[in-house]
Amino acid sequence: MEKILVLTHADETGSALTKASLEAVSAGMDLAARLSTPLTIGIIAADSAKAASAVAATGARLLAVSGEAFAQALYASDAAAAEALQRAANATIVLAPGTSRFTRIMAGVAHRLGGFIDTHITALSGANSVEASRWFYRQRIEAIISRGVRPWFMLLDTGTHTAYAGAVGTAQVEQIAVELPALRTTVRGFRAPEQGQQTIRPDAKMLLVAGAGWTKKQPDGQIHAAEAGKLILGFLSATGASLGSSKSLVDQGGEGEPVLPFLTHMNQIGQTGSTPRHAKGLSTCCHGEEPHVVGWRFIGSRRAISLDPNCGWTRGKADVVYVADAFPVMAKVNALLEAGKS
Amino acid sequence: MSNILHIVVCAGIVPDPLQTLEPVSGPAGPGLKNEMVLPAVLDPWAASALYEAAALAAKNPGSKLWLVSLGPKAKLQQVMMTVAQKVAFELVPIDGPIGGFPDAHSTAAVLAETIAALPGLDKTKLLLFGGWESATRGAGVTLQLVGERLSITDQFQGVDQISLSDDGSFEVLERVEGGKHQVSGCAGAPAVLGWATGNLAEPRNNPQVGMANMRTIMPALAKAKVAKLDANGLSYVSVALPKQQRETRVVKDMTPDQIAAELVEWIGAE
Repeated sequence: MEKILVLTHADETGSALTKASLEAVSAGMDLAARLSTPLTIGIIAADSAKAASAVAATGARLLAVSGEAFAQALYASDAAAAEALQRAANATIVLAPGTSRFTRIMAGVAHRLGGFIDTHITALSGANSVEASRWFYRQRIEAIISRGVRPWFMLLDTGTHTAYAGAVGTAQVEQIAVELPALRTTVRGFRAPEQGQQTIRPDAKMLLVAGAGWTKKQPDGQIHAAEAGKLILGFLSATGASLGSSKSLVDQGGEGEPVLPFLTHMNQIGQTGSTPRHAKGLSTCCHGEEPHVVGWRFIGSRRAISLDPNCGWTRGKADVVYVADAFPVMAKVNALLEAGKS
Repeated sequence: MSNILHIVVCAGIVPDPLQTLEPVSGPAGPGLKNEMVLPAVLDPWAASALYEAAALAAKNPGSKLWLVSLGPKAKLQQVMMTVAQKVAFELVPIDGPIGGFPDAHSTAAVLAETIAALPGLDKTKLLLFGGWESATRGAGVTLQLVGERLSITDQFQGVDQISLSDDGSFEVLERVEGGKHQVSGCAGAPAVLGWATGNLAEPRNNPQVGMANMRTIMPALAKAKVAKLDANGLSYVSVALPKQQRETRVVKDMTPDQIAAELVEWIGAE
């Protein structure tokens, strides 16, 4: 019989589980119910008692590693904590959220425990067995996999499951002691991109994709990078959208061409960037395969503004393509959004 | 004052991103149609790691840079014709399967065994570099597993910057959620750094660097050891291309005002 452990961790407050952790709890509860098997939840947090209150109503066995040493995301301490939790739970299947904190450590933890790991899991299925869906070749090929060995660790992509939202209560938590190795690394803090304004918003409903066309010559023969920047930032400000970019636009900075100063490689979507999850996506001045095929894989409703009526990458990928110049369209969109606000 | 570093970059080869990929099933499991004839490139994030490693080695005289790559010998040779012109390195090729479907644990075991046996490698000076995810399997676990097998417990993923101090300690910027970087300080090597994009542009081709590299690359390829990868219980229930093809409405006859009005309505709709 399978035994399931869901590993979770607290957010920066140290006393509340992350949304991604609560999504993993939901996935674990579903799987445990389907397999009629008990569920254990492991918590890594500075204050695990508070963090555990959010999952008190799950009825799961709760294990925790607590203390200031686990407030920050470090490989050595986090790996030791996760290892200790799994040793205490002795689970055959370990689910965890695919956050930066857990993606850093979980393969190492699986190795220490003689287990195996698969990551970027988007769905769990199977009638009498456990099967997992994930993508290969940067979201171009989808596969369903299974493992005949245990323990099997799986990191779940964030946004693929509903976050658990049961009643908050007082939880009975078993504290697990961890002997930490000598730590050679310390976390000094966090830094936003140098360009200032934060344009990456994973929780936004909408993604705006900016392509290299924004910094190309316009009908008057001139480049209007400053105006492009103003229009893009205006749209982000009015809608709260997140900003993605094609590789070619981000790369222009290194090639001496006009740039949008707020863009960094972290905005890049596609083969060498991210594949974000948003309900809606609007691509502008973008003519490449990458944003439309790979970067848009997990975008719900998709529209594009493009001067090329025959752009093969938007056909079949976008719901609507407007054949138009993005400059006047976006200026008008921003004006309408501002008017709507006031 | 400079620090002597031993930098090992793990980098696979992947199909050129512009190629159309189609999965096929074979006796050894899933693969890509015409995989061996698809043009290949060095894995993009691992390539960032290689360029960052070369820059770091150049700033610290006496440092050494190895490039460890697992793939079919013929494909490795093809890719190295280009990569060798970018920066100076010593290639350590491993003749093995190509693609994203073999198990990462087996790949890591072969890489770790090869790295541990590198002649002249001082593990106290080791910085293990690679891409934080590949463009094939994209699991982001191989480098971690290699690090664990080499008993390295200072690991960083999604790295965009490393700043080395005179005393050998360094500061690392790792990507975390929300477009931010986590800033960490580490006492020094050994450490594992899985690179994201980094800050360096792709170096221009330098034929002289290429010629110098190829003098050692060709003999290394000739001597490449053969690796067989275990499945470790991994099985594929299905492998397929995504089927979603959207019915695209192409709008050619609307004014900017009309388009804007329609977009604003769409943006506001739940």
